[in-house]
Amino acid sequence: MKTVEEIKAAIETAVPGAQVEIVRNPGPSAQHSLRIGHEFAVQVATFLQDDPELALDFLSNVTGVDWPDKEIAEKVKVTRQVTKTIDGVEQAVEETVEETRKRLEPGCLEVVYHLYSMAKKHGPVVLRMRTANRSDKVNLPSLTRVWRAAEFQEREIFDLYGIVFEGHPDLRRILMWDGFKDHPMRRDYVDPDDYEYEPTAHDEVLAKAHAHQTAAGAVAVPEGGKP
Amino acid sequence: MAVDEGLKIELGKQGVFVTSLQELYNWGRRSSVWPMQFGLACCAIEMIATTMARYDMARFGAEIFRPSPRQADMMIISGTVTKKMAPQVVRLYNQMAEPKYVIAMGACAISGGPFKQGYNVLKGIDRYIPVDVHIPGCPPRPEALLQALITLQKKIDGQPLTGEGRPRFLDAEAQGEFPVPEQGEHDLEPPSNPAVWPVPLTINK
Repeated sequence: MKTVEEIKAAIETAVPGAQVEIVRNPGPSAQHSLRIGHEFAVQVATFLQDDPELALDFLSNVTGVDWPDKEIAEKVKVTRQVTKTIDGVEQAVEETVEETRKRLEPGCLEVVYHLYSMAKKHGPVVLRMRTANRSDKVNLPSLTRVWRAAEFQEREIFDLYGIVFEGHPDLRRILMWDGFKDHPMRRDYVDPDDYEYEPTAHDEVLAKAHAHQTAAGAVAVPEGGKP
Repeated sequence: MAVDEGLKIELGKQGVFVTSLQELYNWGRRSSVWPMQFGLACCAIEMIATTMARYDMARFGAEIFRPSPRQADMMIISGTVTKKMAPQVVRLYNQMAEPKYVIAMGACAISGGPFKQGYNVLKGIDRYIPVDVHIPGCPPRPEALLQALITLQKKIDGQPLTGEGRPRFLDAEAQGEFPVPEQGEHDLEPPSNPAVWPVPLTINK
């Protein structure tokens, strides 16, 4: 099979304007992936499927990744003017100080497609797409029209991560019920506080059970239970 | 009213069969506990195995799995009850005719099992409907399900027809229908039925 660099080059020739970025996998599997821009995603997908050399006719898996907002602390050297009294005379002196700056790297939601070729017996080619952010710009083009197998898995990602797939024929929740509001696979998902009965709790669950008991009142005497 | 055991055996030797109405009635009830035909997860495979020739649940009169709740006497909660499925399970239980019994089969049905801390699994079906027999195991072997059935039969046998401890269907006051939980925005509402499941007291140190 072609290497990721060759596939990237092939995509850029076939679909002018398409943004393709190679994401390296440093692990021993060295399964590098291609991050594509969402503007030309459908054209890129169609090319990957139709190209006689690649012939990626089988979509094996679609999954999601949540990248939460990240606070990065950096040490920066700053030069600034400081007024100092040297030998009884006030002078403007330049001083270099090390400063810690914090910046917020905005998070995003990512969708990952694993493609194989049944005809050529090769694969996988890993495609990734990112949303602009995690709150309001969560739209991505659906690849269901290229690979029909994506239909249910895109619904699952819509359900659990909240990515909205444009052009999906039937975008509804698939695992949770329709009235459900959260996206449970997101990193900031808060699960319902139902830790009222944890007979063998430890670690994280024990802390949550304690928090529940504190919130419910110092002495929670259940109906029919002994205080 | 119980008949003296020694007298009963003595009379039996003389060719006289003595019993009480309660004994006869409960013998009939416990010998034909028809389960409802539905499985929720992998425990259902063990339940199916229990009905097959090797374990043969028919020996205990519980082989006729009914596809309709109207004709079933017992519900075997065989597997994981997800929060999406829980209202349907309670609704099916409500549709069963009295007398009705429940066996919660396996770790998931009794407590949520390995999925207990998950966002989509109910922490035990006994939060919404009364369970008569709990079987631990993941999944329980067919012998365990047979043991549960025998336990249930003993329970039926021991139920008096009048007075304290009589089964629900002989008590005009008793509630036979249980509220079906709603699927809310974040969780099932209510998260449990306190009339069925008062929160047990736990001491977490």
